[in-house]
Amino acid sequence: MHIVDGALSPPVLIGGAALAVAGIGIGLRRMPMEKIPAAGVLSATFFVASLVHVPVGPSSVHLILNGLAGLVLGWAAFPALFVALLLQAVFFGFGGLTVLGVNTVDIALPAVTVGMLCRAGIVRSSPRGAAIWGALGGGLAIALTSVCVALALALSGEAFIPAAKLVLVAHIPVMLIEAAITGAAVYLAQRVKPELFTAFGASTEHG
Amino acid sequence: MGDLAPAAGLLDTPARRSGWIPRLDPRVRLVTAGAFAVLVVACSAFGPLLAALAGAGAMMVAAHLPIGRTLRRVATMDSFIVFMLATLPFTTPGAPLFTLFGLPASQEGVVHAATIALKANAVMLMAMALLSTLAPDTLARALARLGAPERLVHLILFKIRYVDMLHQEYHRLRTAMRARGFKPANTRHTYVSFGYLIGMMLIRALERSERILKAMKCRGFTGRLFIEDDSRLGAHDIAFCILAGALATGLVTWEVMIRVSAS
Repeated sequence: MHIVDGALSPPVLIGGAALAVAGIGIGLRRMPMEKIPAAGVLSATFFVASLVHVPVGPSSVHLILNGLAGLVLGWAAFPALFVALLLQAVFFGFGGLTVLGVNTVDIALPAVTVGMLCRAGIVRSSPRGAAIWGALGGGLAIALTSVCVALALALSGEAFIPAAKLVLVAHIPVMLIEAAITGAAVYLAQRVKPELFTAFGASTEHG
Repeated sequence: MGDLAPAAGLLDTPARRSGWIPRLDPRVRLVTAGAFAVLVVACSAFGPLLAALAGAGAMMVAAHLPIGRTLRRVATMDSFIVFMLATLPFTTPGAPLFTLFGLPASQEGVVHAATIALKANAVMLMAMALLSTLAPDTLARALARLGAPERLVHLILFKIRYVDMLHQEYHRLRTAMRARGFKPANTRHTYVSFGYLIGMMLIRALERSERILKAMKCRGFTGRLFIEDDSRLGAHDIAFCILAGALATGLVTWEVMIRVSAS
């Protein structure tokens, strides 16, 4: 869910931008030159995946997959997801410019959190166990994202609190779908190419 | 966006590259769009906001954007925020303007919702006019020359390079799924299949990136960005900056005068 320009209060916008700059900085520092092709191609994949629509009831939603991005990219998910939002804002007009920082934090902070919490479980598990960790991470990332969006709205004014509650409720089906899809994707990757979850792992953090 | 033809190029814009906006330096366009967004978000009076929206609309016409398609995109964004805006009149305390199903809608809430809609549309139109007409790699180069970190610019360039290729790969995989009789529905099978599709794309992406890294190393890649640095701001860039600055000053003066007379 994108927040548009004009809705949030200046302190929230500035706070979001500062957090985003910090997160992007950490992500870039933990992404050595050797990893740039992998980060670039993988984040392009996540960009394409976010254009995929899956059916929900009579309607459809587009995927976010920030949990999966965090599981694969770790801290590098921060700059990767920022670039995705930047390209969307510039070329599709979705999202907005002054809210770029807040939107980046809303999507990328949950991604990095899920990467820290669930990646170790995936790496040491069989494909079946990894799928459970993946599903947990995929669902948790959406839950955290909706909390962040709701928080940004609620901090911008009390009048937004009902809208913020609406955001939380509306994300419940998205959370379940992202959990299922992330679980399945992790299952396949752990079976075929488990390096996907270690390419941006602890070994590169000092590189 | 699933209806986009895969051959069209995801980030390509249909704008004709004619007129004076495409000749503006990309850095000027980026800074102007950013400054415009900050200015508009900081305004709160109707007059300046309407003027900003009108200015953004004029820029859209000057950029030779296809008007129907652009307005459809704006309408798509508006449809996302309409629910949030619709709740505001009923949740903002203030003088009741009208009642709907027994709920009083406050004048302040209606005004608040209208200002948000004005701001969002003005910023979006200006961004479409100034930025969406940039070639994707021009955007990356302009950001580099405005001081963006080298690795971030690499990331943008890679993403631009591979987004179309991966989008086409996605369409090939979807065609293969369709050939096997896959129809998306509200079933576990659908979600698992989409998960395998995404997982497969990630595996292929990682393997592709290993080959890219080898090819780049073979050519002596060390992480330096090579960006031709010879283009300077032209006379029309400076004229545009002066005009935009004057208009911005006018807008700020108007807003301040309204705030002073209101207080």
